[in-house]
Amino acid sequence: MIIIFLLIGISVTVASGFLGGFLWAVRSGQFDDDYTPAVRMLFENEVTISNDKTEAQEAK
Amino acid sequence: MYELTFVLTRNDKEAMKAAIKTEVQHCYHCGDECIDELIWVHDKAFCCAGCKTVYELLEENNLCTYYSLEQNPGITGKQLVAETRFAYLDDAGVEAQLISFRNDSICKLTFYIPQMHCSSCIWLLENLFKLNTGISQSTVNFLRKEVSLTYFHEKTPLREVVELLARIGYEPAITLADTDGKKASKQSRDIIYKLGIAGFCFGNVMLLAFPDYLAVTENLQRRFGSFFGYLSMLLSLPVFFYSARGFFTSAIEGVKQRLINIDMPIATGLLALFSVSLYQIITGTGPGYLDSFTGLVFFMLIGKYFQQKTYDTLSFDRDYTSYFPVSITVLKDNREEASVAVRNLKVGDRIRIRNQELVPADAILMQGSAMIDYSFVTGESEPIEKVVGEVIYAGARQVGESIELEVVKEVSQGYLTQLWNNTVFSKSEEQSVGSYANIAGKWFIIVTLLVAAGALAYWVPRDMNMAMKAFTSVLIIACPCALSLATPFVHGHTLRVFGKNKFYLKNTAVVETLAKIDTIVFDKTGTLTEPSAAEINYTGKTLIPTQEQSVKSVLRHSTHPLSQRIFQHLPGNTSDVQHFQEVAGKGLVGEVEGQLVRVGSASYLGVTDDKVKDTLKTTVYVSIDGVVLGYYTFFNVYRSGLKDILLDLNDKKLAVLSGDNNHEEARLQELLGREAELNFNQSPVQKLEFIQRLKNDHHQVLMVGDGLNDAGALRQSDAGIALTNSITNFSPSCDAILDATAFDKLSKFLSFSKKTMNIILATFAVSLIYNVIGLTLAIQGLFSPIVSAILMPISSLSVIVFATLSVKFAAKRAGL
Repeated sequence: MIIIFLLIGISVTVASGFLGGFLWAVRSGQFDDDYTPAVRMLFENEVTISNDKTEAQEAK
Repeated sequence: MYELTFVLTRNDKEAMKAAIKTEVQHCYHCGDECIDELIWVHDKAFCCAGCKTVYELLEENNLCTYYSLEQNPGITGKQLVAETRFAYLDDAGVEAQLISFRNDSICKLTFYIPQMHCSSCIWLLENLFKLNTGISQSTVNFLRKEVSLTYFHEKTPLREVVELLARIGYEPAITLADTDGKKASKQSRDIIYKLGIAGFCFGNVMLLAFPDYLAVTENLQRRFGSFFGYLSMLLSLPVFFYSARGFFTSAIEGVKQRLINIDMPIATGLLALFSVSLYQIITGTGPGYLDSFTGLVFFMLIGKYFQQKTYDTLSFDRDYTSYFPVSITVLKDNREEASVAVRNLKVGDRIRIRNQELVPADAILMQGSAMIDYSFVTGESEPIEKVVGEVIYAGARQVGESIELEVVKEVSQGYLTQLWNNTVFSKSEEQSVGSYANIAGKWFIIVTLLVAAGALAYWVPRDMNMAMKAFTSVLIIACPCALSLATPFVHGHTLRVFGKNKFYLKNTAVVETLAKIDTIVFDKTGTLTEPSAAEINYTGKTLIPTQEQSVKSVLRHSTHPLSQRIFQHLPGNTSDVQHFQEVAGKGLVGEVEGQLVRVGSASYLGVTDDKVKDTLKTTVYVSIDGVVLGYYTFFNVYRSGLKDILLDLNDKKLAVLSGDNNHEEARLQELLGREAELNFNQSPVQKLEFIQRLKNDHHQVLMVGDGLNDAGALRQSDAGIALTNSITNFSPSCDAILDATAFDKLSKFLSFSKKTMNIILATFAVSLIYNVIGLTLAIQGLFSPIVSAILMPISSLSVIVFATLSVKFAAKRAGL
């Protein structure tokens, strides 16, 4: 049953890793603007067709 | 009297031909109808040279994707900006105030660009580096309408960057507030950090506490109990010292001010929970309540987060500096123009105001014909004509030719700006003490302490151990977590319901303030009245249809707002006009089918003063072949639904504050009822004082206004609502922004916020049930970690669900 110490140690370490990742993401401003990146990703490769979907979103 | 002159330039002729003969084309760049001009480039129609220039610039740089992302995304180039306007940006002092970061090669700064409206805008603004190699990077935050720029200041000075933006139609709004040094505070991420850490600790502590809940794992618990205990303790330390800190500081703040707020019983409960757990773990007497502790903090932080998440993309705290320009053109003694920071304007300075520029200080008109648009200040959209020698107040926008003024008061001492010297603007907003939650919190702690003392008194003679257990259990279970969740969730959902209906509150506390309102004060112009519409009445000799047609034809060629309104009012078609001429600020003249038609002010048509009736109203006279036939009068049009709203609000005291004269008094009195107090010719400071008087009489005052002149009153009132036609555009500092289209729902909003207070009371009742169950167990000494672990999350969740559902249900019933 001693393995439990190891398992809990690992689980807490992994979880801390995720917590660290979350804190880093907040710190780097990824939670500040949740709209523009979604539009920006559609700009790659010189889009040629008009983008009706985003237009509908603007209208809201 | 003005001499008649017939001046007809070639330009006018061409413009007229273009307007009459071509069918309407839409500008490829901005989508406007090409009425005055039509330019063809690359088989594409443009409405003006400005739009064409932008297109050519983009085309040259292979940036035509701009046009494929959205249809006609551009911003009209009709109002060309004089590029000398940005000369002040060469000033190192101004530049230093705008820039957020600077080193030897690069500068970083953020501009607010109100024109940003579609994904094409984002694309173009993020591709600025293709237009100017001096710009290394630009990132858009669309919701905030901001672009963050990084540029090489050696290669491209700030002025060139701004000029480039202005040239492509995205002129950044650089205002006095930007140079104040007080940078807009970044939204706080604290709550997200706290929530993340609390969530992480809660999950792990729960996992470690699990063996304790089940009988099967008793063996496991015996062997690893203390290891689990110490690990949970370690995990809950950051929760206690970081995540939960807000509750403790708030409680201490309250005590310092000799008040008991809702955070007081919470802090007591948390402290009891944490110290009992520590004691149990260290002495090995039990597993502690750390799972409940971390869980509680996590849930309550969710409530806080929910409460805090409001409309941070809207600005509620703007003052006049957000609208005033940074610099102004000053004429030196030798008539040389120099750009001077507005703050350094002195009495006696001569300033030049160009078309569409704002007058920053009270000044006397020295030269030029002024058409002053006070819409910023009063909400009145119609430009007013001023003659040389008249005082023009700060906040006025000049429409038309450039004028010269002499400053009579410094910026901070002006008619409008001295409002901000009033003390209401200097004190920060206090914590609202009278809120339901705080009152409930006060009673809660009294009852809790009484019950705890009772339990202690009962058990001490019988069983000392039991006495301690019962005492601490009472303190723990009495922690009103569910109670503290009720208000944020009910208010938070109300906020969203309102937001869906285009009524945006500054924060959740405003809901409670709105529910208590008993007096409503309206501004007149622009608030009760529709700024863009007017009722038109004709008095005089009746015009026969052909005469009406002639008048309409002449009006067609004028862009003056009054002409436009009469034009829309008159039926029929238009015919050709010859020898058309417009005398700015006076009137129009033109020949239609041999008849000489003149339309304009009384003085322009030679109507003598004693014949002019209704001097308080705006009038436009008409004459045909030199004979004055009659005149048009303009009435304010009250907003649609105003009658119904006022009817719904008749249980409240109503009042009107108007900066205007009293020619509408009778109509207003009829609309608002006999008891309503009407005040006319009110200055901004008088408006503020009126609200102050009402508050001194212990009224809960709601102010509804729209202009900068209402700013003081909005701030002074318990709740100030700014009415606006476009929420991103303009609004003085206020507690709530109401879109003008939703004005007819105002009474519904007020009654709904009252209803939500009942919902809060009901939610309190729900949470109390749990507290009573818990307390009954606690005083008998039956309260155990497992009971706590079950009871606390259930009570929190049921309160959240109850609050959410009941607000949704109530909103549906109220038709919101």
